[in-house]
Amino acid sequence: MVPLSWYLVLAALLFSIGIYGVLARANAIGILMALELMLNAVILNLVAFWRYRGPTQVSGQMFAIIVFAVAAAEAAVGLALIISIYRRRGTVVAEEVSLLKW
Amino acid sequence: MITPYTPADWLVLLPEIALVVVAVVLAVLDVSYPQLRRTGGLGIYAGLGIAAAGVLGIVFAQPGSDRTLLFGGMLRADLFAFVFRMLVIFAGVMTALLSSGVRGVSRHGEYFILLIGACLGMNLMALSADIIMLYLALETTSIAGYVLAGFAHGDDRTAEAGLKYFLFGAATSGLLVYGLSLLYGFTGETSLAAIAAAVRDGQVPPAALLVINMLLLAGIGFKLAAVPFHFWAPDVYEGAPTPVTAFISTASKAVGFAVLFRIMSVTVPASAYLLPLLAAISVLSMTLGNLAALAQRNIKRMLAYSSIAHAGYVLMAVVTVSDLGTAAVVFYLLTYVVTNLAAFAVVIIFARVSGSDEIADYAGLSRRSPYLALAMLVAFLSLAGVPPLAGFFGKMFVFAAVVKAGLIWLAIVGVLNAIIGIYYYLIVLKVVFVFPAPEGAASIDVPRVYSFALAVLCIGIVLLGTVAGPWFDLALQSAQGIY
Repeated sequence: MVPLSWYLVLAALLFSIGIYGVLARANAIGILMALELMLNAVILNLVAFWRYRGPTQVSGQMFAIIVFAVAAAEAAVGLALIISIYRRRGTVVAEEVSLLKW
Repeated sequence: MITPYTPADWLVLLPEIALVVVAVVLAVLDVSYPQLRRTGGLGIYAGLGIAAAGVLGIVFAQPGSDRTLLFGGMLRADLFAFVFRMLVIFAGVMTALLSSGVRGVSRHGEYFILLIGACLGMNLMALSADIIMLYLALETTSIAGYVLAGFAHGDDRTAEAGLKYFLFGAATSGLLVYGLSLLYGFTGETSLAAIAAAVRDGQVPPAALLVINMLLLAGIGFKLAAVPFHFWAPDVYEGAPTPVTAFISTASKAVGFAVLFRIMSVTVPASAYLLPLLAAISVLSMTLGNLAALAQRNIKRMLAYSSIAHAGYVLMAVVTVSDLGTAAVVFYLLTYVVTNLAAFAVVIIFARVSGSDEIADYAGLSRRSPYLALAMLVAFLSLAGVPPLAGFFGKMFVFAAVVKAGLIWLAIVGVLNAIIGIYYYLIVLKVVFVFPAPEGAASIDVPRVYSFALAVLCIGIVLLGTVAGPWFDLALQSAQGIY
């Protein structure tokens, strides 16, 4: 069987790519995709931990399912906000959306 | 100790159940009586409904002295949680009333339903005793908040505020939940009490705990708007509809502290570096918040930086890790929520008539509307910490707790910051009271709902200050048994 650490390293890599994307992408859709990567890393973590550490208890699976649902809700709200920005400004590039500054 | 499920457990959740019922009733009212949208009655009904939930909670759902975990260990219904739940409900009532005449939000039933959803999420955050529940409640709050911040149609700035709030919030909550997943992985538990025991046993390697602590701190720091997770606050506070700003800056921040306590009780005993780190965050938040507030010309932006500074003051008392410190935090948050709501109420009423949030436009407000100027005086002096108003006693208890814990240097930094704070609050009051009103400026009429809300808030500020004793006793009681 593949050892647990492999899954954790994979999840950590995914998570790091996600953080990099959030910080480096200029396009709001790109940032949203990177956010989803971060949450996918979390889900991978949770499922791997559940399988290796306590497969008799369902709490890990429950947690994973809830992160799933939250990720979906977040993506829906995020896309709605991006669309409302796009309709008003005609751009989804985060840096061009900057009326609020001091 | 987890008690077996009994039907009586539902009684504890009575305020939350009532909130859900109010939201459903409001949705039906909104659809079946379109005339409500025109008169602004939706906000009043929403306010009444949330208030009813609060009254039900105080009458029927007061927590007992036993601190047991309910619903399979998901919830912990102690007095600490109860105080925060009532505080959230109070903020919810005031926000609903203050929204009832604000263009862009008052005619939308879904706005008030989302507001109630955010209240529900915050209540559950204060109650949660399990990391799954905690994450779910936190996201319920945040997702409702993202929509609320970007709610008003026809305004470029609110859509931008919504997007910024979303991007920051989603990123930090991603960090938080990654930390929670590691916490679950190393301990194999999801209940905070069980995790705390496992951490004390040393089941989590110190290096991993360091990473987990940083991740959790990022997630909670966003809620508190503490430095260095404050970048979203000024933009979102300025751009969001003002009632939403008031709600985010008070209820959301207060509940963030409740969650910080729940999390700290798990990780602090095993990580010695956490308290100095929190002290550093506290100093940075106070100093940066106050200094940046000095330079602001927009009042919502100034209040945003001031609320970052207030998070710093509260964190000072958190660092003491004592019952007195916890009580000081609870009391400070009581005073802060009431005071900041009053300050934003004035901003909302002024902006309805003048359409402006610039501090310069407040010139001569004392001649245009003496009562509004009086309310502003009470609110801003309380924010500045002038006796005998609520804010003074909030700061006094915080400094007392900090000095008693031997952190003299921290108290000195706090006092210096409070002095800077007095300066920029008084500058605004100078504009209001000393500068002449512009030629031909009309007097400002205040609708009855607003005068009611403002009167309640101002009386609250005075009462929390002059009769501070019973409130502080309540805070002390609720602080028992947090650690």
